[in-house]
Amino acid sequence: MLFPVYWMVNASLQPAGNTLQGGWFPFPPDFSGYVTALRDQGGNLVTSLVVALGSVVLSLGLAAPAAYALAQFPLRGTNLALFGILVTQMVPSIVVANALYSAYNDLGLLNSYLGLILADSTAGVPFAIIILHAFMRSIPREIIEAARVDGARRLRVFRSVVLPLSTNALITAAVFTFLFTWSDFLFALTLTTTETVRPITLGIYQYIGAHTNQWNAIMATTVMASVPAAVLLVVAQRHVATGAGSGAVK
Amino acid sequence: MGSRSRQVTDLSPIPRTDTGQDDGTAAAGDQVVGRARFRERLARSMFLVPAAAYLLLFFGYPIVKNVVMSFQQYTVTTFYTGVAAFVGLRNYAEILSSDLFSKALLTTVLFTSGSIIGQFAIGLAFALFFRRRFPLGGVLRALLLLPWLLPLVVSGTTWRWMLDPDTGVVNTVLRGLHLSSSGIPWLTDTSQALVSVILINIWVGIPFNTAILYGGLQDIPPHLYEAAKLDGAGPLASFRHVTWPLLRPVVSVVLVLGVVYTLKVLDIILVVTGGGPADATETLATRSYELSFQQFEFGRGAAVSNVLIVLSLLFALVYLRANRRARNI
Repeated sequence: MLFPVYWMVNASLQPAGNTLQGGWFPFPPDFSGYVTALRDQGGNLVTSLVVALGSVVLSLGLAAPAAYALAQFPLRGTNLALFGILVTQMVPSIVVANALYSAYNDLGLLNSYLGLILADSTAGVPFAIIILHAFMRSIPREIIEAARVDGARRLRVFRSVVLPLSTNALITAAVFTFLFTWSDFLFALTLTTTETVRPITLGIYQYIGAHTNQWNAIMATTVMASVPAAVLLVVAQRHVATGAGSGAVK
Repeated sequence: MGSRSRQVTDLSPIPRTDTGQDDGTAAAGDQVVGRARFRERLARSMFLVPAAAYLLLFFGYPIVKNVVMSFQQYTVTTFYTGVAAFVGLRNYAEILSSDLFSKALLTTVLFTSGSIIGQFAIGLAFALFFRRRFPLGGVLRALLLLPWLLPLVVSGTTWRWMLDPDTGVVNTVLRGLHLSSSGIPWLTDTSQALVSVILINIWVGIPFNTAILYGGLQDIPPHLYEAAKLDGAGPLASFRHVTWPLLRPVVSVVLVLGVVYTLKVLDIILVVTGGGPADATETLATRSYELSFQQFEFGRGAAVSNVLIVLSLLFALVYLRANRRARNI
């Protein structure tokens, strides 16, 4: 199962000409692939970082209040709303891309950070609402009532009681939203047409189209594009499985 | 969840203390209470409005737009002239009658069913395996998640390189073991390419299946296994009579989610084969992408993706039923 990951790292550390034969171990390691990759793709990595962070902020900003309202306010139609949110997760991205392309074309949002952030959040917003709703439902009503009796207003209760209590769920939602956006390929492919705003996934795709003789640089780029997944695995490992589970089964 | 919110509504729509505080005055008279109630509602809706607006703009609008587009002659000239003539069902008639569509539909079915069967079988085997406690089991289980967390473009690129007919490591190993003298043309042969992308997609999906099924296994009370053992059940019998029935709700959720996600897979196919060779790996999703974004036939691309939506929604309905059953148990 992990061999492809090893092989990717191994290949990224091979010297340029030698890669096609592919030694089994990267000794001595050759970092020229990384030098090339950083030179060619460094900017794209930054772009992906900006877009992914933007999407995290937007998704949580929209999802957290909505999840709180759905979890704690006595509203009619809550179940219907949650049903609708579940269904949005099943809409193929190509449908969204198809329609957004012409809308973005009219609005001048093609090749923009904002356009990508908005489109990429289609994965993050519903997912974050579901995760946060599942968690916020379990916050005891008494805690919130107590805060209200003490004179705090609704927004204040949300900010200083609900959000701090939900830190773990917020981290899980943020981490996944980041990863969704970081991994996005389809919106990058369809909603950007120039090199001004180019996420790393699209960078790799064009790399394999253009430089098939430089596999060490391509693989170095894929390794760097995998860093968030690896970091996530170490930092939030415990949340990953439960997060995936509650996104899926709740 | 439904019962709880109903309960609260029945007790009292707005607690007395609320209105008093929000107004800064003691509630007196129906008018004041009415206005306070309105303000309360307004304050509450402010929590929902931004997310609702976003979802309408980025899901509601695209779905409606996609349906409208599928009835239009929406091509690249539309972007200059702004005119897209309505052509009724012509887009659908054209895509449904083309050989490429029926081929893509068949490929989609093969790709999806092959991926799901492989992912599920191996995922379940891993989940059962990890249930036994052994040193470093937790670490291994965590590491196993990595393939699923990697961007699909990364996995696709790595596999494409590993499966390269001449220089890829897979063929090198096969040759080294004398299993194949010339190497297998994984991605260049029409009959082999679909098998290859299915294998890659299985690899990508195993961790998800393992993680969810493992979670489901953890929820089965251990005393049931002890009881089964006392009744003289072997491992196979206890799997059949304890594990499988109790795991079934989780199984149906995993399977249906897997289908819905696999139906829309684009990244892997585009990166590994680009739909080729000779359209051998063309699915409905890649077909829709090509029509819209390579041939700029947005109307027809929309028609294909609408077929995809209908398929997904059918499975979504199955999913929601399975989900409800899972929650009831």
